[in-house]
Amino acid sequence: MSERPQPLIVGAGPAGIRAAEALVAAGLCPLVVDEAPACGGQIYRQRLVQDGRSTKDLYGSEAGKAERLHAAFAALEGRIDYWPQALLWNLRDGVADIAVGGTSRRVAYDGLVLATGATDRVLPVPGWTLPGVFTLGGSQVALKAQGCAIGSRVVFAGSGPLLYLVAWQYMKAGVEVAAVLDAAPASAKLNLIKALPLDPGIVLRGARFVAELRLRGVVIRSGIEGLRFEGEGRVSGVIWREGGRERRLACDGVGYGLALRSETQLADLAGCAFRFNQRDRAWLPVRDAAGRASVAGVYLAGDGAGIAGADAAERAGERAALALLEDRDLAIDKARAVTLEAELARIGKLRDALETAFPFPAHWAETIDDATTLCRCEEITAGSIREAVNRLDISEINRLKAVSRVGMGRCQGRMCSAASAEVLAAATAKPLDAVGRLRAQAPVKPIPLALQLAADLPEAAANLPEAAE
Amino acid sequence: MPLLHRIARKDHPVIAFTLDGAPCEGRAGDTLLSAILNRTESLRRTEFTGEPRAGFCQMGACQDCWVATETGERLRACTTPLQPGMNIVTGTARVA
Repeated sequence: MSERPQPLIVGAGPAGIRAAEALVAAGLCPLVVDEAPACGGQIYRQRLVQDGRSTKDLYGSEAGKAERLHAAFAALEGRIDYWPQALLWNLRDGVADIAVGGTSRRVAYDGLVLATGATDRVLPVPGWTLPGVFTLGGSQVALKAQGCAIGSRVVFAGSGPLLYLVAWQYMKAGVEVAAVLDAAPASAKLNLIKALPLDPGIVLRGARFVAELRLRGVVIRSGIEGLRFEGEGRVSGVIWREGGRERRLACDGVGYGLALRSETQLADLAGCAFRFNQRDRAWLPVRDAAGRASVAGVYLAGDGAGIAGADAAERAGERAALALLEDRDLAIDKARAVTLEAELARIGKLRDALETAFPFPAHWAETIDDATTLCRCEEITAGSIREAVNRLDISEINRLKAVSRVGMGRCQGRMCSAASAEVLAAATAKPLDAVGRLRAQAPVKPIPLALQLAADLPEAAANLPEAAE
Repeated sequence: MPLLHRIARKDHPVIAFTLDGAPCEGRAGDTLLSAILNRTESLRRTEFTGEPRAGFCQMGACQDCWVATETGERLRACTTPLQPGMNIVTGTARVA
């Protein structure tokens, strides 16, 4: 190996795994840092223990992909350094601070692949903080990784492909699904015709989910408005409007989400330039077709750089690794790089079509009741944010944060930044990109105050702490 | 009534822990969040309004599921595997 520090890959989901594989194939030994105890990311997340269910039970039509990815990563053992249950909490100038096994380690790296993934995007609605209301992704984690249902009679609400997938998975697992409430109007689904030639499988699978849900008597409603959750101490029902009429259903669990939101804090700390993406309604780190960020030696792959799904993440991870190799003047398979970019372009078109079938209900931001909690961490209401905006004539999101503390809590804006930007834009009658971008700050997630500071690790870490079982 | 209910691992080995002083049983493979919410209906109360919370994202992003041990150590319930002998304080003092 060279004397240069090893490359650092953040995230062991589809993008991170394929990036690691490509670097190893070229003779490099990357350090892979991941928060989870095992590889797979959120979509191919593994259980803590076996539980009698097959990979087909867990991952459905994607079981083969999950198995191949898990096997690919297992095959890298001994050829990479892998820190599971590790939080990269700060980055600057080729040095990363990583909390692992009760210690914070400082690691120098040469080449950084950020494969940080995504979480659910949400807009606050009344009752969204009630126990029993989880994100769609969280509902899926409970079912897949923990073998637990979020209730015995469950409603799924929001938008995005995950809405129908999770509802179907719960139904298949034998849980009563009371309703699927889709924020998008029924007419939006006609846009799936555009997606059909790009990937017939994914469109037909979605159609099958809907048909099977209907067959089991699950109420499916489109174009819902005025969504709220009610309950004393925990959720006991969901209320919505359709066609001017108010409807109500009893339930004891809710999965809620409005598609996904890229996890971009580390790209921000790495100094990457950002650009507003109209489709995702978010500021995303700028990258070229290969995944190169605006900062030399930083590469972006997977949903953390823009929502494109797991199939794209695998390809983007590999392509980003090839870019890293090219930039080190190492030989790469150029034809492979071209193929990957062509496939990414095709999947990108598919995502554009899917997005028009599940449009984000941006107009909800105007109608969020003043009494509704917008920031879960600091318990700040939509009303107090609007009041601050009006009283202090605020038109920029970081100023709003400084004044109202929205985005300053433990989640660092992960759950509220999309909503606070939408509310600020609506309150000031400005387009979303005009209210600015919430800047990331270290630590990107809470770290224990008692963390021991380990000696600096200029090269990496042969002596990996045995954090996981 | 617990918030979550199991559809797998029902007969996995028992892991004993305490919740607000009461003896509880989780199952091998549980996160702390799953173990607690299979027993009761919330994880904590908020600092400002005291309303109950039971987590939200279950993937370590929202930070809404932090609980404390009796010795004051703070744990993010959704990413912490349940360990035998954990003594968890939720502050909700309401065990089903």
